[in-house]
Amino acid sequence: MEIPFTSKARPDTGLYNAKVAIWLFLASEVMLFGALFSSYIMLRIGAPEGTWPLPGKMLMTFPGAFNTAVLIVSSVTVVLAWASLKFGNFAQYKKFQAVTIACAFVFMGVKAFEYHDKLTHYAIVKTDGSVWDGHMVQQDDQSVTITIHAHEEEGGHDHDHDHAEHAHDDEHAGDKHVNINAYLGVKGIKGFEYNVDEHGHHVDGEVTIPRSEIAKITNYGPQHSTYLAIYFTLTGLHALHVCGGAFVIFMIWGPLAKMWETDPERYINRVEVSGLFWHFVDLVWIFLFPLLYLL
Amino acid sequence: MASDHSNPPKNFREFLQHERSYMIVFGTLLVFTGITVAIAQVDLEHDYNMFHGANMTLGLIIATFKATLVMLFFMHLISEKQLIYLVMGFTFFFFTGLMGLTVWAMLDYPKLTTFFM
Repeated sequence: MEIPFTSKARPDTGLYNAKVAIWLFLASEVMLFGALFSSYIMLRIGAPEGTWPLPGKMLMTFPGAFNTAVLIVSSVTVVLAWASLKFGNFAQYKKFQAVTIACAFVFMGVKAFEYHDKLTHYAIVKTDGSVWDGHMVQQDDQSVTITIHAHEEEGGHDHDHDHAEHAHDDEHAGDKHVNINAYLGVKGIKGFEYNVDEHGHHVDGEVTIPRSEIAKITNYGPQHSTYLAIYFTLTGLHALHVCGGAFVIFMIWGPLAKMWETDPERYINRVEVSGLFWHFVDLVWIFLFPLLYLL
Repeated sequence: MASDHSNPPKNFREFLQHERSYMIVFGTLLVFTGITVAIAQVDLEHDYNMFHGANMTLGLIIATFKATLVMLFFMHLISEKQLIYLVMGFTFFFFTGLMGLTVWAMLDYPKLTTFFM
């Protein structure tokens, strides 16, 4: 039995099957991400003072902004690819959609770089109460070596700036700057004195800490803080959508492209529907980028 | 909008001109992404004496504007069939309800915290 309205539109609605289906699916997707955005709001509002990162301090802005531009480019190439098919220009469609797939790879590459940066970034509390924050170089049973870049601003801690202006300004520190110790759940330690040796000097470069002197060690993964938990959840789910969307677009673009010869109208419909999903992925990122990276 | 597909463009330049609405939206989205980043670099509340949460409000307004452009032009909601509008109407209703409940819960938060503590 042949399924009706896979190519031609149904007369009463003016829509073919897949178009209705994708919009119903996108409706459910809106509610899925809506629930997570709602969770984000509640977690942010309910976060104890000083535990939510300062705007633009926890994540690097440039990769996020770059990825936003990448998704916008891919969104326009998807719609231009569809328009090319409408004009019967299959070769042009192939080129546009190739750019879309390339954009998906670039996006995931940048995301992988960001995740790697967070998962190799560690905060260590020593038994003497001092806090050390840097990227893991190596670790074994005896010791942990991290590298500290005193001038780096990512990780939520603009070291020199914080120290210069606020290290001795504890009464304002709590409301203006995130207290690293609040992340780590360490009680009784105030201020922002971290990556400081016993002589009070700020350390720059590699530091090796014996395991016996470590009271607590954690990387900047989802378990590190509420913010990073919702960050990884939201961006992880979004990244899955990017992978899924790119896979479908690739399949239609490559292995399933023969349909253009046998049933061009249905093929155009497939391109349109996959494009609608891709635009939704872009749409979600439009909100994720400012909420997680900037505000 | 790519509404007229009966007269195919002769070359790529003509194609882009024919689809210029997409190109205009594309440029607008990029410009407003830049504006979003620029706004985040300043503290509107303290440096410009604006209201509490001005950065967040403006950031979300721009994001909503960008999302609207994507929906209207790239997803063709500017000229869709009635059934699609119906589906989106229901979605809008439930999404707004969800956010409304979130705000309601937000306003209740300190009271509830005190109660349970």
